[in-house]
This record gives sequence, C-alpha cells and structure tokens, in this order.
Amino acid sequence: MAAAGNQNLSVGRLVGKLVLTVAAMFGFGFAMVPLYDVFCEWTGLNGKTGGQVVYEADTADIDLARAVTVQFSATNNAGMAWDFRPLQNQVVVHPGELNEVKFYAHNPTAARVIGQAVPSVSPSAGADFLHKTECFCFNQQVLEPGESIEMPVRFFVDKALPDDVHKLTLSYTLFDVTQNFAETAQGIAN
Amino acid sequence: MATGHAEHHHGPATGFTRWLYTTNHKDIGSMYLWFSFAMFLLGGVFALVIRAELFQPGLQFVDPNFFNQMTTMHGLVMVFGAVMPAFVGLANWMIPMMIGAPDMALPRMNNWSFWILPFAFTMLASTLFMEGGAPNFGWTFYAPLSTTYAPASVTFFIFAVHIMGASSIMGSINIIATIQNLRAPGMTYMKMPLFVWTWLITAYLLIAVMPVLAGVVTMMLFDIHFGTSFFSAAGGGDPVLFQHVFWFFGHPEVYIMILPAFGVVSEIIPTFSRKKLFGYDSMVYATSSIAFLSFIVWAHHMFTTGMPLAGELFFMYATMLIAVPTGVKVFNWITTMFRGSISFETPMLFAIAFVVLFTCGGFTGLMLAIAPADFQYHDTYFVVAHFHYVLVPGAVFSIMAAAYYWLPKWTGNMYDETLGKVHFWLSFVGINVLFFPQHFLGLSGMPRRIPDYALQFADFNMISSVGAFLFGFSQLLFMFIVLKTVMGGKKATAQVWEGAEGLEWTLPSPAPYHTFSTPPAVK
Amino acid sequence: MLPSLSIKPTPAVHSGRLRALAAGFALMFASPALLAEWGINMTEGVTALSAETYSLHMLIFWICVAIGVLVYGVLIYSMIAYRKSRGAVPATFNHNTTAEIIWTVIPFLILIGMAVPSTRVLTQIYDSSDSDLDIMVTGYQWRWQYRYLADDGAEVTFFSNLATPPEQYENYEGSLAAEKGENYLLEVDEPLVIPAGKKVRFLLTSADVIHSWWVPDFSVKKDAIPGFVNESWVRVEQPGLYRGQCTELCGRLHGFMPIVVEVKEQADFDAWYAERQAAAQRISDAASQTFTMEQLMAQGQTVYNTYCMACHQANGQGLPPAFPALTGSAIATGPAADHINIVLNGKQGTAMAAFGTQLSAVDIASVITFERNALGNSVGDMVQPVDIVQAQAQ
Repeated sequence: MAAAGNQNLSVGRLVGKLVLTVAAMFGFGFAMVPLYDVFCEWTGLNGKTGGQVVYEADTADIDLARAVTVQFSATNNAGMAWDFRPLQNQVVVHPGELNEVKFYAHNPTAARVIGQAVPSVSPSAGADFLHKTECFCFNQQVLEPGESIEMPVRFFVDKALPDDVHKLTLSYTLFDVTQNFAETAQGIAN
Repeated sequence: MATGHAEHHHGPATGFTRWLYTTNHKDIGSMYLWFSFAMFLLGGVFALVIRAELFQPGLQFVDPNFFNQMTTMHGLVMVFGAVMPAFVGLANWMIPMMIGAPDMALPRMNNWSFWILPFAFTMLASTLFMEGGAPNFGWTFYAPLSTTYAPASVTFFIFAVHIMGASSIMGSINIIATIQNLRAPGMTYMKMPLFVWTWLITAYLLIAVMPVLAGVVTMMLFDIHFGTSFFSAAGGGDPVLFQHVFWFFGHPEVYIMILPAFGVVSEIIPTFSRKKLFGYDSMVYATSSIAFLSFIVWAHHMFTTGMPLAGELFFMYATMLIAVPTGVKVFNWITTMFRGSISFETPMLFAIAFVVLFTCGGFTGLMLAIAPADFQYHDTYFVVAHFHYVLVPGAVFSIMAAAYYWLPKWTGNMYDETLGKVHFWLSFVGINVLFFPQHFLGLSGMPRRIPDYALQFADFNMISSVGAFLFGFSQLLFMFIVLKTVMGGKKATAQVWEGAEGLEWTLPSPAPYHTFSTPPAVK
Repeated sequence: MLPSLSIKPTPAVHSGRLRALAAGFALMFASPALLAEWGINMTEGVTALSAETYSLHMLIFWICVAIGVLVYGVLIYSMIAYRKSRGAVPATFNHNTTAEIIWTVIPFLILIGMAVPSTRVLTQIYDSSDSDLDIMVTGYQWRWQYRYLADDGAEVTFFSNLATPPEQYENYEGSLAAEKGENYLLEVDEPLVIPAGKKVRFLLTSADVIHSWWVPDFSVKKDAIPGFVNESWVRVEQPGLYRGQCTELCGRLHGFMPIVVEVKEQADFDAWYAERQAAAQRISDAASQTFTMEQLMAQGQTVYNTYCMACHQANGQGLPPAFPALTGSAIATGPAADHINIVLNGKQGTAMAAFGTQLSAVDIASVITFERNALGNSVGDMVQPVDIVQAQAQ
C-alpha cells in the first residue's frame, strides 16, 4: 500500500507540472503578440514602421549625392467613406534631409467619423530607414460632417538606407474606427 | 489473470449509466472510437457535398457561401472530431494493456475528457442551423475573415474549439501520467512498444500547443466582442500575427495526427513480417526529432505572406530537415519487411498502403518546403492532395489498420477476412482516384476552396468526385464489418496473430473488463 | 443554382484531353513538358523566374522519383520474395548501424543539393529594386483594383471584375441557357495592362480581408493583407494575355475574382495609358452632364451586375440576413438622399462598402436610378451625377 501511496503522490506531482505547462503555453500564445511586434520592428516585417522620431537638424549631414524617390499611396478600407489622398504622388529626397508632404481628407458623410491611418513601407528592407517626425497616423483623426483637412507628414530617409534601395513607397490604409472607438470609450466610462 | 482489490471484481454496470459514469479505460476507449467513427461519417457527408458540387463546372447544388461552410466544417470535424479522438480511443484501449497497467492514471478525468466532446461537436454542428450559417472561413480561420467579417455563429465555434482543446489537454495529461507512472516493473522506457512511445511524444505536443490554440481563439473572441485589436491593423494589430500564432499550434497539430499512426504501423508491420521492428532506437529518436522540428517550421504555411528573405530561408531549411527523420522511419519499416516472412491480412494491407501512400505525401511535402516552388503550389489543389495523402491513407488508414489488428482482442471475435480485404481494396482504389488527380489540378493552377472552376479542370474534378463517392460509401462496409465482429464470429485466440508480440497478446480475447490489476513481470 | 443532374455536353477541348490523358499515364515519366500542355504539370511560365521555378520543381520531382523507385522497389521486392506463403523464414536482425548512418547522411546531402538552387532562386524573386513601373494592386471582396503609381497627368485606376455572366456559372436552363466560354471564370471586364520587357513592381494590399494575387505564368503569388503592403515583381518579354486567380479564401465569391494581365509592347502600352488618362478625364467631366432615364438605366444595369448583384442578387431579393433585399426596401423606395448616402458611404458593421471611394459619380447616379426603377421598384425619380457630386462635397 505504501507503494501505491507513493505512486499517487508522483502522479499528483506530474499532473501539477503538466497543468503548469498548459498554463504557461496559454500565456505563451499571448506573449507571441509583443514578441511578434519586437520581431517586426527588428526585421521590418510587413513594412511596419517605427513610431515618432526626433529629427536633429544638421545640414552637413545631408547626403546630396544620393537621391531617393519616395512614393505616396492612400487606400481606403472598404467601410471608409472619406476622400483620402496624397496631395503629391512622389518626391525625390536626399537621405538625411527633412521633408514634408500633405495628405488631404474630406468627410462627405452626415456623421462624425473617426479615422485611423495605418502606414506601411515597401520594400520592407527599407522600412526601418524611413523615419517620420510627424504623421497623422500617430493619432486618430476626427472629422465632422463635411469637414476637410490637410494633414502633414514630415519624414527623413536614413543615411544608412541600403545602397540598392532607390525607391520607397509609403502607403497608408485608412480605417473607419468610429464604432470601435466609441465602444472602447464607453467601456472605459463604464 | 484478474486478481487484486476486491472492489475491482465487479463487471460493468448495465444500461446507459454504464457509459455515462464509466471510468474504465476500455469503455472510454470504445466510446472515443465510436464517436470518432460517427464524426468520420459526418465529416464525410460534408466532403461529399463538396465533391458533388465540384463534379462539374458551374454552381450545381449549393450556394458558394454554403460551400465555404462545408469546407470549414469538413476540416474541423475530421481533424478534431474524427482523427484525434480515434487516436485517443486507441490510446485508452491499448496503452494500459501494452504497459501492464490496470487502467489509466486518472480514470475520472478520463470520463470527463470524453463526455465534453459530444457537447463541443453538437455546438459546432448546430451552427449549421443558425441565422447566417456555420463558420465559413476555412478550418484555418484566418483573420479578419473570421473576426470582422465572420457570421454570428463564430462565437459558438470559439467555444466549441475551447472545449475540444480542454478535452485533448485532459486526455494527454492522462496519457502522460499513465505512461510515466503505471508501467509494469521491468517495462523501461526503451522497452515500451512504439505505439506507446509515439503517443507519449504526441501527448507532450498536445500539452504544448493546444493551449496556444485556446489562446488564439480567445484573442479572436476579444477582437470580436470586446473591442481589442490583436488581428486588426486599424487598432495596431496585424492579421499576419494570427497566422503565426495559429500555425505555431497548427504545425505540431499535423504531427499530433501522424505520430500515433507511425506507432500503429510500427506495431503491425513486425507482426505480419514475423520479424522484430528494425531500428527500434532510431525510431524513437526519429519521432522525437520530428516532434522537436515541428515547433520551428510553422511559417512554411505562410511563405506568400511576405516574410523577409531570411525568414523564408530559415523556415525552408528547417522544413526540409524533417525529411531526414521521416525517411529513417520509412527505411526502417521497409527493412523490417526485408527478409521477413510476410503475410497479408487486412491490417498489414492497410499498413503497407500507409507506408506507400504516406511516402507519396512526404515527397509532395518536401516539394512544398521549397519556398520558391511553393509560390506556385501554395493554396492550390496540390496542397489539398498533399495533406490528404498524409491524413487519409496516412492517419485514417493507420486507424483502420489498428481497428482490424486489435478488433479480435477487443471483441474476442475474428473479423471477416474476405470482407476486410474487400474494404481495403475499395478504400485503396477510392482514395487514389480521389486524391491523385488533385496533384494535377493543383499543378495546372486550380486554387483550393473554390466552388466552381475553369473548364480545363473539369476532367480531373469529375474523376476525383467519382473516387470520393467510392471511398465514402466503402466506409459503410467498414461499419458493417465492425458491427458483425462485435456481434459474433470465429473465436479469437489470446495470441490472435502468429507474429504478435507484446503484453496485450498475453491477455485472453476478449480482454477482460479489468486487466493487469496485478502488474505483470516484464523481462 | 437549380439542382440539375443532367450531364451537359462537355466542350470539344475535353474529349481530346481525356484521350491524351489515357495515353498520358503510360508516358507519365517520359515527357514532363508535354504533360504541362495537358494540364498535368506546373507551367514553365513566361518569365525567367517562372522558368527557374519550374526547373526547381522538376529537379525535386525527379529526385523524389528516384528515391521512390528505390524505396518502393525494395518494398515490392520484399513483398514478393519474402512471403510466408512461399515459405520465407524470417531473419533475426533488427539493427545495422552502418545502414542507419548511411540513410541518415545521404538524404541530408541530397537536401543540401536542393537547398542551394532554391536559395538562389528565392533571392532573385525577392529583389524588386529598380522597377520601371509600380502598380498598386488592391483586393476587394470580390474584385481587384489596379492603380498605376505615376507622377504625371490624371491617375489611372480601375477595377477588374469577373466578366463571365451568371447564366454560365449559375447553369441557367431553357431559353437563358448559355454555353460556358473558353475562358470561363478566368475572364475580366478590364485586364491589368503592363509593358513588355519592363520590370513591373506590384504593391499588394487589401481593402477588407486577405486575398492573394496569383498569375501562374509569372510564378507570382503574394498575399494582399489589409493595412499592409507586400511587394512582388515581374518582367515579361512576350506580349500576350495571362490569367490567374485569387488564392486566399476571401469569402463567398473567392472563386469568382480572376486576374487577367495583358502584356503589350511599350508603344502599345503608352498609347493605352494615354487613352486611359484621357478616359479618366472624360469620366470626371461627365459628372457635370445630365443624362436621360434610358442612359442612366442602361449604365445602371451594367454597374448593378458588376458591383451589387453578387450580394443583392440579380432579382434584388438579396440573401438575408447578411445581404438585405432591395426590392421594396425602405432605402431603395424612400427618399433619394438616403439611398445616395448609403451607396456613397456604406454601412458600418455590414458588408456594404463605401462605393463613393470606388466608383465614378456617373456610375453611382446610374446604379441608384436603376435600383429605384428596376428590381420590382418603380419610384420614378432620377438621380443625376451632379447630385452625387453635391452629396460628396457637402
């Protein structure tokens, strides 16, 4: 009987460990979310760009010998009714130089709409080297019915941009997040 | 044989409560097997709806949305309802008998882990009758099709997956506890039958990845109902993240469905070759290597999502490596047969077909691993042919082989050998007519998951559908053979098969309700 | 969608292929290039990279065949030579370290042999730098939009929709019956046009769910993911028409969003592009014109069939609850302003997209007029493009 008792004990210990493993792996599933973000920033996966960067003006640091074409593109997610487009389709810039372009948005609907623009850079090898110092994508944009807005993007291309990249495409997708945002805001209020 | 504690002397209770309250591993094993067969038929009906629709070009019978529901439900029911519970059923029946244990280590949990399954699948099947229809986003349920754009029934799908996951996790904890604690004296790890070994490794895989599946559906639930943005770019999430988390579960899942099949085949081939399994040690190491590699290859399902070049290369190389241990297993099985004394009873026929056709699936798997070529194969019928070759003549054939192999031990009666062979040949021909042309369809450009197709795909689709109906209806014969054997037939000896070795064959046929209450001695 | 078990006459192209198929199995391993013509093998395609991909595919295929012959050979030999019925006596060996090392190491070396060319091809595929033309490809449920990224003149952007009519894929019977055409489900109203001999870069994204853009002849398959941009590229020397399909499950009509790419010589491409720019100008000018009821209804029918019918159905009955009926609906028979509003701006939380960002004012005015005066509705009013322009400018 003592042997049987020991056996029950060891089964209990084993089951305890296995249950802990299950809990840990459930946690790991969620841990993949931040891990993935780190990984994306590290590799430029999906053209994800970093957040806001501070530009330190130093005109001597501009690489005038090199010219990089930056294209702009705007796409509306299917549910978004705004007229949304870049006011300039492309600019030629020198690495290290601060540039500004404007995007235009107009809300033709009869409702107040909250928009969120999501940036993406191609090729993904260049995503890490396009730094934005100011961007409408850093915040949600709220447009009243009929309201229009011109939104600036200030950016510079890193001098470390790989030599074989001559062209970067900065593309925005605009989502209507009115519903999500309203719900979340209400959730917080509650 | 059965001497032990006094309270173990009673036989099974009678009536429905026997099955509802049973904690006996044999009862629970039987229930798992019958449940799995029922799900196999249900998933098969869904498959036949798909093949009927694809018999000819044009929309014949169903709306494209219903077609998508069928592909989704077919995948979910076959993976989680048919294949996985069948292997758990075999584990329940055989593992205690193979290692000389009186029962599973946690008999009451065993009862729960079975009985929550029918609830999960009733919930899943009921979505077919809901407004908006059943899940229609594929068994891989990629976001945002399965979140922002999903039918309302997605919430029921999520809960069904949670319950199936809980069942699998409980089942595998039980299997690990049984194998690690209840082996008979002298049954060292390196003496365990290969079926036990492969199940031990499978159970660890399940413990590692089913919680990740639970995690990913939980994130979906939050995205759908609580305004989070795990998988929505609008809120800072990423739909591709879904695929990473899903396939981190999904790829080991593939091996969860095939490792126990390796175990079954490694039992059957030596028996009917009348020769010991060749390379037992290397079989164990190969299985472990496959299990390890399965954690670092998941993104080969995502070659077209635009991963960086370094990522593509890493996952390509890692995936190719799996061919090495898999090859070792195939070589070992064939060398076991080499210079043996082979007879071709039904289980052996299924096992040999497994080796041949699984190897076919392995070859196409190797081709799919090559990332640049995968750009042409990805999401075409070539992939459909590949994974059906490893799952149907792979996993499913091994389950049928196991059923024929152990049926005399379970029921005490021999099955009808002639009918068994007829069933084998119908299945073998059916499966190849069904899936072989799908290689051609995929290579020549037919995408998967479409209800209608361009005219150049018409001939092969028609052939494939004919094979599907042949294979599908042949399974009714399988049901008949099993029922006939349960009812009666030639009495089986304890040994059953001339070349069989292992503790289960030292027990009388049918195996008594309680076995090995006193552990046997293993030399 | 009527249930029908009648076997329709198969097009002539089939019987030839069936015969070829019968012979083909015999020749299976003899001539892979021939097999491609019969629709058995991967296409060699029309680009340098698709040809490389094809060679890679064949290389690995033949390696698999060689291994298969060896493995199945031993298996079949054992099954014949070592049958118990022939009195075979089992040997007792169950271990051979030398053999086991050999069959671990040799496959490993073969794999290295496969990995080297694969890596080379993949690296080439990933080099999309220095493109001559960039095209934004956006997936929508269930059509593709192409936008040429250029800096001069009017923007060229258009949708490419399935051109196969429903009487073919719905298998209409009787007087409406229609023979399936040669390019059944692989034909579009407006193909993507690219110049021959130029490196064309595709930037892929999606406006809703994940799609995947595949043209087998180019060996290009890349996912279009909402919120993110993927890229791929192609250089086609040979002018012609190349066809493909969406390959990522994207909802109900996933099987009905084909891709057609027309490759033109540079001069022809330039002429086409100039004409597209002029057409874009004409379309925006047309927004200030006034049209007759007949003109609006005719154009409206075309727009309805292309953009609305998939959900709201040919008869306007919809597929409730996901896709409501238009016949007799409060929107389609109520005030025109509400109708304009929902078509322009979509309806949040439903599949109804904001078409104001997708279609021209003329098309929207026509389709609204059509929906109010057809499909069993007869409101009698007309919506003109100026009404749309005003609504958008409010």
